[in-house]
Amino acid sequence: MTSETRRTLSGEILEATGINAATCYQCGKCSAGCPMASESELRPHAVMRLVMQDRREQALADGSIWLCLTCETCSARCPNACDPARVIDAVRELSIEAGVADMPRTIAAFHRAFLQQIRTNGRLHEMGMVMEYKLRSGDLMKDVTAAPGMLSRGKLSFRAERIEGVDQIKRIFEKCKVTP
Amino acid sequence: MSRIGVFVCHCGENISRTVDVEAVAEALKDHPGVAFATDYKYMCSDPGQALVREAIEENDLTGVVIAACSPHMHEKTFRRAVDQAGLNQFMCEMANIREHCSWIHEDRADATAKAIDIARTIVEKVKHNQPLETIRIPVTKRALVIGGGIAGIQAALDIADGGHEVVLIEKEASIGGHMSQLSETFPTLDCSQCILTPRMVEAYQHPNIKLYTWSEVESVDGYIGNFTVKIRKKARSVNEDLCNGCGDCQAACPVKKIPSEFEAGLGKRTAISVPFPQAVPNIPVLDRQNCTLFKGRRKGLAKEVCGKCKEACLKGAIDYDTEDTFVEEAVGAIVVATGYKLYDIGREQPEGIKGYGEYGYGEVPDVIDGLQFERLASASGPTAGAILRPSDGTEPKTVVFVHCVGSRDPEKGIKYCSKICCMYSAKHAMLYKHKVHDGRAVAFYMDLRAAGKGYDEFSRRAIEEDGAEFVRGRVSRIFRDGDKVKVWGYDTLNGEQVVIDADMVVLATAMRAQDGIRELAQKLSVSTDEHGFINEAHPKLRPVETNTAGVFVAGACQAPRDIPESVAMASATGAKVMSLFSADELEREPAVAIVNENTCIGCMRCADVCPYGAVEQREICAVDGHVCGHVAYVNPGVCQGCGTCQAVCLSKSVELQTFTDEQIYSEINALCAWE
Amino acid sequence: MTDYAYYPGCSLHGTSREFDESLRAVAAELGIGLTEIRDWSCCGASSGHTTDHLLGVALPARNLALAEAQGHHTVLAPCAACYNRLSAARLAIATEGGLAQSISDVIGQPFGNTVQVRNAVELLRDAAVTIEEKAAATLAPNPLEGVKLAAYYGCLLVRPAEVCGYDDPEHPTSMDEVISACGADDIDWNMKVECCGAAFSVSRTSSVVRLGRAIIDDARAHGAEAIVVACPLCHSNLDLRQKAMAQRGEEPLPILFVTQVVGLALGLTPESLGLERHFVDTEPLIARLVEQAAARDAEERRVKQEAAAKAAERAARQKVGAGAGQKEGDVQ
Repeated sequence: MTSETRRTLSGEILEATGINAATCYQCGKCSAGCPMASESELRPHAVMRLVMQDRREQALADGSIWLCLTCETCSARCPNACDPARVIDAVRELSIEAGVADMPRTIAAFHRAFLQQIRTNGRLHEMGMVMEYKLRSGDLMKDVTAAPGMLSRGKLSFRAERIEGVDQIKRIFEKCKVTP
Repeated sequence: MSRIGVFVCHCGENISRTVDVEAVAEALKDHPGVAFATDYKYMCSDPGQALVREAIEENDLTGVVIAACSPHMHEKTFRRAVDQAGLNQFMCEMANIREHCSWIHEDRADATAKAIDIARTIVEKVKHNQPLETIRIPVTKRALVIGGGIAGIQAALDIADGGHEVVLIEKEASIGGHMSQLSETFPTLDCSQCILTPRMVEAYQHPNIKLYTWSEVESVDGYIGNFTVKIRKKARSVNEDLCNGCGDCQAACPVKKIPSEFEAGLGKRTAISVPFPQAVPNIPVLDRQNCTLFKGRRKGLAKEVCGKCKEACLKGAIDYDTEDTFVEEAVGAIVVATGYKLYDIGREQPEGIKGYGEYGYGEVPDVIDGLQFERLASASGPTAGAILRPSDGTEPKTVVFVHCVGSRDPEKGIKYCSKICCMYSAKHAMLYKHKVHDGRAVAFYMDLRAAGKGYDEFSRRAIEEDGAEFVRGRVSRIFRDGDKVKVWGYDTLNGEQVVIDADMVVLATAMRAQDGIRELAQKLSVSTDEHGFINEAHPKLRPVETNTAGVFVAGACQAPRDIPESVAMASATGAKVMSLFSADELEREPAVAIVNENTCIGCMRCADVCPYGAVEQREICAVDGHVCGHVAYVNPGVCQGCGTCQAVCLSKSVELQTFTDEQIYSEINALCAWE
Repeated sequence: MTDYAYYPGCSLHGTSREFDESLRAVAAELGIGLTEIRDWSCCGASSGHTTDHLLGVALPARNLALAEAQGHHTVLAPCAACYNRLSAARLAIATEGGLAQSISDVIGQPFGNTVQVRNAVELLRDAAVTIEEKAAATLAPNPLEGVKLAAYYGCLLVRPAEVCGYDDPEHPTSMDEVISACGADDIDWNMKVECCGAAFSVSRTSSVVRLGRAIIDDARAHGAEAIVVACPLCHSNLDLRQKAMAQRGEEPLPILFVTQVVGLALGLTPESLGLERHFVDTEPLIARLVEQAAARDAEERRVKQEAAAKAAERAARQKVGAGAGQKEGDVQ
């Protein structure tokens, strides 16, 4: 691995995941079975092609990679074991690092609210998370009609469960250089 | 006293660019035992060889060392030249200063010093060379062809027409192979059986061809020119000399519902049957697994529970008590033409292969493979040539053809391309459209491989004239949805998911090596690759030979291939066999192991390690004839000169000629003596 | 008594309380010990690994390290996402260069990667024989006898195969085996392993509605009376969100946790299994099934009684006949 290859997108992905994007022969089987293909501009095989061709800017700035459900259907059926799910994970990570992530507002809000909850309490306090999600996404009316039903069924608790080792969690976030 | 001539080659620039060849010649001039040393631009050329011959005569040379390229290239050339000058050819050796020196080093001084060392080492070896004579072994001019498909039939006909006897052995009840199951062949759309059956009949009737059907190779002994093959003639339960092929037994058989192997599971056969009406020979076989009488016998019933076929046979040809019999045939050459089988997408798979769960594991009735489609399309097939769904017998209005099922799929364990599927899928789409004019044919492909003569034009015809829709992209999932078959594919050219509600799906499954091929290969001492395909001796220049002398290979058992190539390979093996049979004796290099019977202690370790089975036990008899011991003996016809026996011999009694211990030690000493 | 380190995960303490309740109830019945890992934390689910690979490995690893430190050999993680993340972390640490060495520092405690991870379906499948025996031995008739249930695995229980490995990723049978052991009919259907929309439940509900619709339609088309799940998110997407997917005039399809199904077969009460917490009301279904089972049982008993009565009658007649015969013989 020369420093030359590391600077290319395919080199970065190879280093981060061990996956050689050139093994993808663009058969399209992954995209054929992708449940989010109908809603995405860039399908899994197209992401692989961008990586293969080192089109870093285009890949990192793409919005479709945030619509991936991580259902692993693509990776399960790929004839060359290219693991597109892992590659897309890695592209997302690079995208955040580069500060160009084009996350749809609701999805960004969800991830941030989720991770912030864990960082603060160690466990997900669903009610707290949903409140933070609403503030960040602006979708204040989300699931408002469901709330009474959740409450009456004992599925919502008002109090967060904070673990003892919450400092350990904060430290993990620091070590991973993640600020939600 | 040795008088060795050393000839250092420039090899154009290949050697002289890195090695100072004049310096090498100069250095060797002073070496003890060297009577003559020179350098020349191209030693292998005519003037170069003339130089060697002249030097031998003028200098009374007793040995020759050519410091040049690898012996693989020109050892024969130089040995011939030496022989022409009247010196025994095995007194000539090559010192490799190209592949072992100039081609792998850069520093001129170092390379030259190394070249001098190499040349000196070989000179020391040649001092211990002995004049040897070529070994001559007799040849049995009969050939064995294993496999009665199109390749086997072609090879047998070519050799038989060439005036030699051929033993043709086929494990099924009839010859013809998979080609007899096909409906039409690409690119001409010739009716397959129409072009095949004349050949089958010719092979059957040829005076020089001895045909064994329903038989398998049990064991093979011997070596090139002198093989002994034991053949197992499986119990047919039908006397081949009495049967006249009338078919009354089949009509009388009460067990009518056995899935027919010839019909690829889409049709039924009886327990006693010929595989298809044009079978050659037209003699049935009784399937004892499914026969009522034999089921009764296995249960231990006292009375025979059936016997209808025997009753119906007017010739008295049926005999329930036949057993497998064995026959021995002596042959001089063997051709392996065992063909292929198709990959099955089911759950149960051998080690290293996976099935296609995403396509239903073969459990969806209207998802079939290429051979099954051929049977549907065949006029003599289970549906008399109508394309009908196996599930309900209706005509499918939308048929999807899926390329690359198994092939080009490292995840599933089959990395290679099966070569013929793009062509036969196009053919299938065309045949379907010819029969169902308002039908829709959709083919999902990755690349279209149509490289033969007329092939590309053929596959374009499917699209341009017959209206088949070719979609570039693979299929993620195939499953049953009501009475349709749902196909989830992708069009990478349009960038869209494509969902089709098909009536039938035809999978172009990979071509694989036959079952039992590894066992057969072991019997023949040939090797197979990781996929089970027989290994050729050299992929470019020796495609029909194997690494075992006298064993040749033709057709799909060596790699996926189509009919014209299989036929070409078969004829090529015919030529090789006839060339082998053209002399009464075979010449072999004397680089074989020889046992000194005086010092041999008879431990037979050499026999244990010999990969070619070349070592025999020979009894030592006293003058009065009683056996007082045994020693090892190496058959010079079989020995391939690997030297393993020499390495393990405890008493140092076996020596490989041209690589004796003395010769090798002299080389080592030479290398160590110089700084 | 087999004992597991229990990792409930955040959902089982919140929106999927009933999964936790029914699992504990069933575990007690089957003699399976569950010891909750002390001070466990969130595994990170999707948000962890989709944004940062190391975070996605470190968060689960902390919990595995805790289980190790607390003396456990096997963790039971009923939530499919937790199960997948914990197992994936194990695999990553075992195979990715350098991770095994650095992970202990990242999580702030030693980690030997020795603890195994199991999910609820696997556990119940391994106990299938016991379930079948106990179901047969309950006093009340089995309400699940012959009921058509669609086993819905979703994605994370079976993929990737290298991470999960306990069942076939395209045609899994483990949950079907459990359903069958409960006496129900595990139907054949097509959407067993198609994703429900997972974590987009809140952030992109429209996708969930589209995907969930296809799943429910297919289950219904194959005659399912209920869908069985083993994942809090699958449950939530098909249960809480079913109203958004429903079409006019359609009967809602109840979504049951596999542990609730087993609980019912073992004769536990619906309340103890949290069946009243669902959005798609399970009461009508349970009531109907109990009634059907009772009727079937009554019918069986009636048939048996009739047969017994007939047999007694026949025996009586024979006795009389024999007596008459004897008298005649005496005369002779």
